Amino acid sequence: MLSITIPMQTSALSSDLNSTYTSGETHSHHGHPDLRMFGVVLFLVAESAIFLGLFTAYLIYRSVMPAWPPEGTPELELLLPGINSVILISSSFVMHKGQAAIRNNDNAGLQKWFGLTAIMGIIFLAGQMYEYFHLEMGLTTNLFASCFYVLTGFHGLHVTFGLMLILSVLWRSRRVGHYSSNSHFGVEAAELYWHFVDVIWIILFILVYLL
Amino acid sequence: MTIAAENLTANHPRRKWTDYFTFCVDHKVIGIQYLVSSFVFFFVGGAFAEVMRTELATPDPDVVPPELYNQLMTLHGTIMIFLWIVPAGAAFANYLIPLMVGTEDMAFPRLNAVAFWLTPPGGILLISSFFVGAPQAGWTSYPPLSLLSGKWGEELWILSLLLVGTSSILGAINFVTTILKMRIKDMDLHSMPLFCWAMLATSSLILLSTPVLAAALILLSFDLIAGTSFFNPAGGGDPVVYQHLFWFYSHPAVYIMILPFFGVISEVIPVHARKPIFGYRAIAYSSLAISFLGLIVWAHHMFTSGTPGWLRMFFMATTMLIAVPTGIKIFSWCGTLWGGKIQLNSAMLFAFGFLSSFMIGGLTGVMVASVPFDIHVHDTYFVVGHFHYVLFGGSAFALFSGVYHWFPKMTGRMVNEPLGRLHFILTFIGMNLTFMPMHELGLMGMNRRIALYDIEFQPLNILSTIGAYTLAVSTFPFVINVFWSLFKGEKAARNPWRALTLEWQTASPPIIENFEEEPVLWCGPYDFGIDTELVDEEETVQTLIADAAGS
Repeated sequence: MLSITIPMQTSALSSDLNSTYTSGETHSHHGHPDLRMFGVVLFLVAESAIFLGLFTAYLIYRSVMPAWPPEGTPELELLLPGINSVILISSSFVMHKGQAAIRNNDNAGLQKWFGLTAIMGIIFLAGQMYEYFHLEMGLTTNLFASCFYVLTGFHGLHVTFGLMLILSVLWRSRRVGHYSSNSHFGVEAAELYWHFVDVIWIILFILVYLL
Repeated sequence: MTIAAENLTANHPRRKWTDYFTFCVDHKVIGIQYLVSSFVFFFVGGAFAEVMRTELATPDPDVVPPELYNQLMTLHGTIMIFLWIVPAGAAFANYLIPLMVGTEDMAFPRLNAVAFWLTPPGGILLISSFFVGAPQAGWTSYPPLSLLSGKWGEELWILSLLLVGTSSILGAINFVTTILKMRIKDMDLHSMPLFCWAMLATSSLILLSTPVLAAALILLSFDLIAGTSFFNPAGGGDPVVYQHLFWFYSHPAVYIMILPFFGVISEVIPVHARKPIFGYRAIAYSSLAISFLGLIVWAHHMFTSGTPGWLRMFFMATTMLIAVPTGIKIFSWCGTLWGGKIQLNSAMLFAFGFLSSFMIGGLTGVMVASVPFDIHVHDTYFVVGHFHYVLFGGSAFALFSGVYHWFPKMTGRMVNEPLGRLHFILTFIGMNLTFMPMHELGLMGMNRRIALYDIEFQPLNILSTIGAYTLAVSTFPFVINVFWSLFKGEKAARNPWRALTLEWQTASPPIIENFEEEPVLWCGPYDFGIDTELVDEEETVQTLIADAAGS
């Protein structure tokens, strides 16, 4: 069900944004080139609100339950998710270099840095999978386990989707030579989405692992 | 003028009727698609209500089995809210916003079409839940009750809501972007029609609150399917968390349902009273104030859910505060009517119906906002009466008012006024007869959401059922009117009401690209009195533009 709505929202938005991007001066004749980015920002506002809802639920459980995490919950390892966090956060900087490259018309630079970002994203997801399989709890073990899997899983879904955006930028850049110094909306949108996923992870990491 | 308009439409290709069944990216087609599909769902939801009222005419459950009654009640609520009123607001927004701000389409036309095409599947999923055992837990679907009966019906309900929720988020992104970024050059925020302000407020609410409902539904879905216990006390979860998340959306949803129609009323009243709107900025800003306050009052639905006293006080105070911006609006509309040359046509009659019913609904709203009274009438028919006055007497009356007002623009034909008046009279009588006795029933102690009740409640219930049948009858003149006028109605000029907002500057119905040339803003949207008698005379418009350019 998650996999139905969230990608649908984003893909509909991005396909539309791309279509206005390629097909038309029709909508920019009022002199508002930042129209599409504005749409992406509004979309991310809505996305943040979903996470806000989930985080709020988590915080209520945390504050209402007598013991948190409930007794019998295995201790969470911090090393692997810690390394994973560092990788994800630094990938944002790597990605930014790609955006800077395309601003200088450097397509090769864009591909290099975005490629690296994609690899870092894949490592993050692989790390998350490894963690899932080695934790001694399941989705229904207790309330903490349920929250843990739903929150990190929902975030993982967003990482996966961000990855798809990055790969589509790479594909367009390689096959179509789509981007240039004065037209790189797709690059910026993917970057903004990825930063959003990063920020959410930082909050999630603090809430679930550290607090 | 009429000749000019006809020549204009003759030179431009028109939409074929088949376009309305396709993935068309024209905002006008999408607006009509929304409007028609929402009315289809209105008739389905209305039919469910008629069965329920028939059942409630007698104290025993003898017409439909209790389970079916629960299912009908759940689906009636869900359909009327998520598939009728909310999409009907989106219908007007889609049709009018680009026309009102003078552009040729929405900011993201394809996204717009996607948004619409998520609603029919949403509705079909919801109604098809009858095949697997429709949900029975009411439109709120509170766990643990919703976890107990028919898992797959409940799951379909969740999926359906996620689809229509997604649809309204995508719509909101489009509305905000179009309103803020695509107005014609001369139109600043304060010369924008009030409907656009209303949609700006509504869309911000949608963007901030609808995703939280998605969060609640996602967790509920895990409880249903995967066996987690987020909301199931048996597994250590907390059902009140669901209530918080649910009402964080569903209270603002009340404003998502009414704010667009405040906008509609703000357009209808000045035009048919031939007066500048009284307190433009007051109406515009009070929409934003309502949005903001709407986000911080959700727990007033949960006064009886074990909410601590100090928190109840906070939510009671903020809830009552909403009466202030709402009152400002009502006074502004009354101020506009004061001394106006009021034309009592169908659109205006429904606007009056809106004002009177909404005022009653608003006052009972202040009553239930107060904790001691709410604890007394919680989950009784008083609440049912209250929200039907707000949502039927308010939103639906304004919706009809808007339909009559923009019918000439949308179809190029005038409506049949006598049929429109008959529709109004029947609806007004039916509405009051159905929902007024509910207040008394609630005070007497009749519970809502039940198929059987004590014999002493019967007389008032019979009255209410008669009212419901009157409402059913009232839809006939409406439907007949729509079809008759569509084919046989008098041809409409481009500006039959002599209104000043931009949508009336183009042909009726508008050409595919909306305006033959960029429309000119030569006065504010409600500046009646600057010789508006002649606005639809092309030459006068040209002179006025020349004057404006010269000065």
